[in-house]
Amino acid sequence: MKPFAYAVAEAPVQAVHQLSARPGAKFLGGGTNLVDLMRLGVESPELLVDVTRLELDRIEPTATGGILVGAGVRNSDLAADPRIRAAYPMLSQALLSGASGQLRNMATVGGNLLQRTRCVYFQDVTKPCNKREPGTGCPARTGAHRDLAILGASEHCIATHPSDFAVALAALDARVQITGPAGDRALALADLYRAPDEDPSRDTVLDPADLITAVEIPTSREAHRNSLYRKARDRASYAFAVGSVAAGLSLAPDGTISEVRIALGAVAHKPWRARRAESALTGNPATPEQFRRAAELELAAAEPLPDNAFKVELSQNLIVAALSTLAGVEEA
Amino acid sequence: MTTTDTRSQSTTSTLRLQVNGREHELALDHRTSLLDALREHLGLTGSKKGCDHGQCGACTVLLDGRRVNACLILAVTAVGREITTVEGLADGEDLHPVQQAFIDRDAFQCGYCTPGQICSAVGVLAEARSGWPSAVTPPEGGVQLDEAEVRERMSGNLCRCGAYANIVPAVLDAAAAELPAPGIETAYHEGESR
Repeated sequence: MKPFAYAVAEAPVQAVHQLSARPGAKFLGGGTNLVDLMRLGVESPELLVDVTRLELDRIEPTATGGILVGAGVRNSDLAADPRIRAAYPMLSQALLSGASGQLRNMATVGGNLLQRTRCVYFQDVTKPCNKREPGTGCPARTGAHRDLAILGASEHCIATHPSDFAVALAALDARVQITGPAGDRALALADLYRAPDEDPSRDTVLDPADLITAVEIPTSREAHRNSLYRKARDRASYAFAVGSVAAGLSLAPDGTISEVRIALGAVAHKPWRARRAESALTGNPATPEQFRRAAELELAAAEPLPDNAFKVELSQNLIVAALSTLAGVEEA
Repeated sequence: MTTTDTRSQSTTSTLRLQVNGREHELALDHRTSLLDALREHLGLTGSKKGCDHGQCGACTVLLDGRRVNACLILAVTAVGREITTVEGLADGEDLHPVQQAFIDRDAFQCGYCTPGQICSAVGVLAEARSGWPSAVTPPEGGVQLDEAEVRERMSGNLCRCGAYANIVPAVLDAAAAELPAPGIETAYHEGESR
């Protein structure tokens, strides 16, 4: 690890200024990913600006009936919050399915959103990687890609975003509040992340000096309350997803689907909102056959590689299982 | 407080850490993890370095009563926080109930992961007392620690000897033997421990 300076930020604006003034500077939240990447040599900041002592650690109701979660709130506090558990079960479940008890006590909301891919080539500085070193190539296509993307990837990068939390936030249409060099703004979570396209080095649309200050969760509705997060992984606990789904469902009095929300994890460079499946389902009967048809429609765009082709059916099965549970019907 | 160069150029700081109820002044390179500060600078070698990547839990300590991986925490960020290591759990000659339960249940073989397991279990009991759910907690009702709960909640602590079969009963014994005790401060951001 290379030596670095350290400063404690006392206000978001000051933190942003410190980063703007030093191109080699980075914000430090819980450090669960950044400190590890520094130890691996993937990151080598000249200055760490500690943002954990800012007043960004509250979970509070918004004027419009939603919930505003400070970016410094620890994952464990948010997962245990009774309001989150009751009104947005998929969000609490997504958080609790991630990492370990220790890491959830450290990891912040903002840091969770901005964690980097766990692609083995990205984390190994002895290997080429277009995300880490643009232009060096992507060995994953012909190498270890079992855990990597099947949707929305590019020839330059097939990395997946590792967050469970962000998948649930995508399904909930959460918004991200940002303080940046040009002032404050807000973005839909769906617009925060980008596809790898020609420049996989950028995970998000953020400027390096942009500080996420809060996540705004919309007013709870039936498809938020009747929701769940389901995660498939290689061991029962403490592992990244090989596939996951955040889903919410509400039914009309006649049993047809009035609203459905579906987002997939571990399949793309970003949380994958399954809009095609959602529009195919809305207004139709809540049956396993309909769920299967919609899941197949969503995954029709998949471009799997030999070792991650299983993710197509896995993701379809996750969608069908989650929606069947939420609708109270037997899986097909 | 941390003495940091105002121009943020210095790569070292002189800082005070509160460890097991005692204050220590240290001059540290910013790269120093809390784990290395404890082991190499304070001689508290109970906390172990296993993977040094937050994957094994051998370095688990309590920070303001919450279990964390000391290997991924930079020591300079722990200023003003109360750090408890396995050395700080016993009350004089009286072992902490979790320590006693590990002995009673023979919940270790080589012992390398044990300090982390014990600190993690102390954190688990506090989290359960506070009603914190886990991935296997049913949506309705409170937290009842059972084998499935302990296995899920302790999943951040690996044991290469495979002593889990005795670790789980040890944690359950300690949970059952608990006297009423405060949960962890869930609203930590509203308290004085900022």
